[in-house]
Amino acid sequence: MPNGKLIYRQSIWTRLTHWMWAICLFFLLLSGLQIFNAHPALYLGHQSGFEFDNALLVLNPFPGWATIPSYQDLGTGRVVHFFFAWTLVGTLLVWFLASMLTRRVKDVLPGPSDLRALPADIAAHAKLRFHHTRRYNPLQKIAYSGILFVVLPLMILTGLTMSPNFNATAPWLLDLFGGRQTARTIHFGGMVLLVGFFVIHMVMILAAGPLNELRSIITGWYRTDEGDEA
Amino acid sequence: MNRRHLLLASAGLLSGCKILDEGTGRNVLASANGLSYRAQRFLGGGTALAPEYSMSDIRQSQHPNGVTNPEDLDYQALAAGDFADYRLSITGLVENPISFTRQQLINMPSRTQITRHDCVEGWSCIAKWTGVPLSLVLNQARPQISARFAVFKCFDTIEKSLSGGIKYYESIDLIDAYHPQTILAYGVNDQALPVANGAPLRLRVERQLGYKMAKYVHTIELTDRLPGNGGYWEDNGYDWYAGI
Repeated sequence: MPNGKLIYRQSIWTRLTHWMWAICLFFLLLSGLQIFNAHPALYLGHQSGFEFDNALLVLNPFPGWATIPSYQDLGTGRVVHFFFAWTLVGTLLVWFLASMLTRRVKDVLPGPSDLRALPADIAAHAKLRFHHTRRYNPLQKIAYSGILFVVLPLMILTGLTMSPNFNATAPWLLDLFGGRQTARTIHFGGMVLLVGFFVIHMVMILAAGPLNELRSIITGWYRTDEGDEA
Repeated sequence: MNRRHLLLASAGLLSGCKILDEGTGRNVLASANGLSYRAQRFLGGGTALAPEYSMSDIRQSQHPNGVTNPEDLDYQALAAGDFADYRLSITGLVENPISFTRQQLINMPSRTQITRHDCVEGWSCIAKWTGVPLSLVLNQARPQISARFAVFKCFDTIEKSLSGGIKYYESIDLIDAYHPQTILAYGVNDQALPVANGAPLRLRVERQLGYKMAKYVHTIELTDRLPGNGGYWEDNGYDWYAGI
């Protein structure tokens, strides 16, 4: 366990938006599975094949404990999903603005030095040897920036591509993703990535010292390794 | 949402429980639908066209959903006569209440469009629709200045309750009603509209989901307010604005 100095590591913006994302993604996931259950099949292209086969995946409906509401209620699932979709977009905007204004956006952007340090960082993670420093390590930066700059924007765009009115406003999104049903499939794939990120996120917190990590994302204060220049 | 609703809604949020039931908590969450409606109208205006597809994209017949064969006796009688006695009535806030036979509608200028039908359940289906633009029909009835919504009344009983059958109905605003792709379709994929898809006349609102596109329409009433929540599915928890 680290026994160096306590440093103020997470800004109020990071902490606020982190927990807003946690709440949003929880509700988006469970209401999203409710919506998926209304037609639990994924297709490629513009439409869904009833008289031809373009299904990529046909699943059983997700169980009640994994959906909001727990019983089948597509209307309420949509109400919940769109409310938290708006909240997620608002939170992302707040984070982008705050990160730009405080010039902290580079905290999560991997640079050339991170790429050079990447092999050593992968080896350290593989041995479950964690460094507790002010800065994020290269794998953290890749994971966080991948979620914030790639996966979440992709989820928003593929979500909008499923909207028939937004198709009229921005038909290029249909071309970008290859059709509404492909966009829906990508939206599902993005969900799988987000769940995967969550699982790894939890494992890493447990492995790196959950109390220290939790304290830093609640109060901002983080205990570093001895000798780490704070 | 006015101030009173907002206060009631915040009270519902604070109480925390039953947030997803029919109540004030659900209303707070559902207010996001109003935001979607205004944002989409702001971005897309009233005029942006839904994407249209080519003949090669028609790969199957239009997948029917909901009621596919109304058991209602008045409908059955009309269907038995190949809808020769069918009338579409335009009523409500109009200067000139008027009705049309199917042949009169077919004789009016028509529009044909290959569009994608998106069901709220998640699936999509591309078909070629032919019909009369709703704007032409409404113009003949001359809407009054106070008219804000077009309400579509249908033949089909969608639900049998203790107090009798519930007939399908739907509604759209006049922005969508006057949109060039909003048509009253009497044909699909170069055939007369089959009963399963809403014969003799169904609505196409190409920038919204399938449940807005009422089948088996017999009356269009112009109103200044929505009856109920604006439709059968809306009365069962679906959002009135289904452009998303």
